[in-house]
Amino acid sequence: MEALSPTMEEGRLVAWKKREGEAVKNGETLAEVETDKAVMELLAREDGVLRKIVLAEGSTVPVGALVAIVGGADEDIGNLVGVPAAATPPPQGVGGRVSAASPPAAGAKAVPTPLPTTAAASTLHPTPSHPTPTSSRVRSSPLARRLAAERGLDLRLVAGTGPAGRVVKRDVEAAGTGAQGHGGTEMAAAALPSRAPAAPVPLLSSGFQDVPLTTMRKTIARRLSESLGPVPHFFLTSEIEMERAWEARQHLAGLGDATKVSFNDLIVKAVALSLRKHPAVNAWFLDDRIRYHGDVHVGMAVAVEDGLITPVIRHADRKGLLEIAAESKALAERARARRLTPEEYTGATFSVSNLGMLDIDEFTAVINPPEAGILAVGRIAQRAVVADGALVARRTMRVTMSCDHRVVDGATGAKFLQTVKLMLENPLAMLL
Amino acid sequence: MPVLTYRDALNQALREEMARDPSVFLMGEEVGVYQGAYKVSRGLLEEFGPMRVVDTPITELGFAGVGVGAAMAGLRPVIEFMTWNFALLAIDQLVNSAAKMLYMSGGQVPIPMVFRGPGGAALMLGAQHSQSFEAWYAHVPGLKVVTPATPADAKGLLKSAIRDNNPVVFIEGEMLYNQKGEVPEGEHVIPLGVADIKREGTDVTIVAHAKMVAVALKAAEELAKDGISAEVVDPRTLRPLDVPAILASVRKTNRCVVVEEGWPFAGIGAEVVDGIQREAFDDLDAPVLRVTGADVPMPYNRQLEKLAKPDAAKVVAAARKVLYKG
Repeated sequence: MEALSPTMEEGRLVAWKKREGEAVKNGETLAEVETDKAVMELLAREDGVLRKIVLAEGSTVPVGALVAIVGGADEDIGNLVGVPAAATPPPQGVGGRVSAASPPAAGAKAVPTPLPTTAAASTLHPTPSHPTPTSSRVRSSPLARRLAAERGLDLRLVAGTGPAGRVVKRDVEAAGTGAQGHGGTEMAAAALPSRAPAAPVPLLSSGFQDVPLTTMRKTIARRLSESLGPVPHFFLTSEIEMERAWEARQHLAGLGDATKVSFNDLIVKAVALSLRKHPAVNAWFLDDRIRYHGDVHVGMAVAVEDGLITPVIRHADRKGLLEIAAESKALAERARARRLTPEEYTGATFSVSNLGMLDIDEFTAVINPPEAGILAVGRIAQRAVVADGALVARRTMRVTMSCDHRVVDGATGAKFLQTVKLMLENPLAMLL
Repeated sequence: MPVLTYRDALNQALREEMARDPSVFLMGEEVGVYQGAYKVSRGLLEEFGPMRVVDTPITELGFAGVGVGAAMAGLRPVIEFMTWNFALLAIDQLVNSAAKMLYMSGGQVPIPMVFRGPGGAALMLGAQHSQSFEAWYAHVPGLKVVTPATPADAKGLLKSAIRDNNPVVFIEGEMLYNQKGEVPEGEHVIPLGVADIKREGTDVTIVAHAKMVAVALKAAEELAKDGISAEVVDPRTLRPLDVPAILASVRKTNRCVVVEEGWPFAGIGAEVVDGIQREAFDDLDAPVLRVTGADVPMPYNRQLEKLAKPDAAKVVAAARKVLYKG
């Protein structure tokens, strides 16, 4: 089982695209595999014949497990078959053989083999390189363990910066001073950890029903707890008058189908331009440093069946509204079809989560590490507001920004939010 | 304090001990008329005469055995090997006679003698003449092994070795003989089994002996430029090994690199690492790393020889690694 996404730990074989005995060419699709993010194509890595399918459709195995054997048409694969998939250690390197313990017949290759890291190659169930509070085995130096015990620290909550995530002295010391943050920030986030609507649990007439976690829901669970625990959140809420934005959108729609944009497109554009004006918010927290990005890439939460994902609109500050509209529509469709590639859902510098279409007035979103902030957008509704001393009905929208306090301070976040508000209340300002 | 070369410091120790104790005598190839292949015995024949400064044929096994016999008879022989590479011919006398006699005689026959000469690689002498054998002798119960790194240590340790009632393997350095340093006059005796902190530091311990002390000190200089404070510990005696001194340093720095010129497998560094992991396990913040000679016969080619030897850059890299600084 090949690692088809940066965070994939196991894969479910959805469907075989080749039959046993069929010839395959390097690069051809062998099967479809559901990862934690999407349904991906599993490609052949060399020419040959699909001799043996080991993993049945619908089955899930850890990355590195044997799923099939590709070899010469009349090659002896006798000593390769019969190896239980789960017992096969991940071979090392691209095109590596099954394993030294079960030498394959000359030329026969187990597929797929590549693993992203050599560290993972030594273990059947590759563990994430950074410990999470859920894992019981924490790599740590003996000194780090002793210091943690002396200080009453739970090592499982300390992010390791040594090789393979080993917790070392400096990590314990940093945790002791409260400067320690979330660990696995280098790996770009995928599932947006905003508060996901609870998955519908099928009701039975009595009792209960257990639904196993899907790979995506497992990732969401892990990423969420990596964020709200270690990342010190604070929240800023602002009410934005949307009358002019409303008019602008109506006006554009009136020009024809080609110029239709959604409120979300307007919001993404306003956020992107505001990030450009407030580079202090367009940043990642990377444990020992803050990375201020020169480019603005806005992540956009998209609900999909039993989960959510954040496709990224790259260089959103430099794209026109129509471009953003077209791109966000295409990305959302691909997300719902679970066809996003990792490049399409990683690398955001800030995210937007919009539950307005689901009639939510306002909410708080969980930051998607290593990003420093996320904007939670509520619905646009006519509300009673006081303007010039009189009570009037106005369309307004409430937004709440979650900030990582290690990167963004209150006033910094507030000024950013002021700019977002100014742009949405005066859409013409986006032309400036 | 007078500044002497390493060779003259050894010469001074020999002269002082021969003057102090008439049972001390020197024997080996070219030690008399030629005054030593490396001039360590300069002037001794003239001063003490041919009964106490004895030239031998090229017969390492023979004169080593004569030395063991003399020690059994109550003398204190100092046997010079032209280099420790040639002593391979005599190793039976060291391991099977000198090291065993006290034990097999039920404590009745001590062997108070010193086997000395240069060890380790010099420059482009080829695979057979560029070897570090300290681990071989340190392996043997009954032998003491001493590897001085400086002129002062050479004098103080050789005086102790000659006075010791056990056979002592005293390994000098061909490349060290010209090194100069301050050497205390007269009764300067350094007990065997006591390490010396050659440079104090707080961030990483570098354990090195003999010629590698200079390499470690150079590495420490380099590391200091990056704000890394390295402590250089020289055990000086490999057997008995001053494990407490090494542990005290590691407990302070939490990290250790062990440097030796010899081969890695079953080397001195392996012994040092074993002591650290057992006694200072909870003080370690990183695995102890070793920098050793390459695990090959020494190449003759100048560039390959350079690559096969430990140098400051390799020590710096290892130190940075145990500090998790890439």
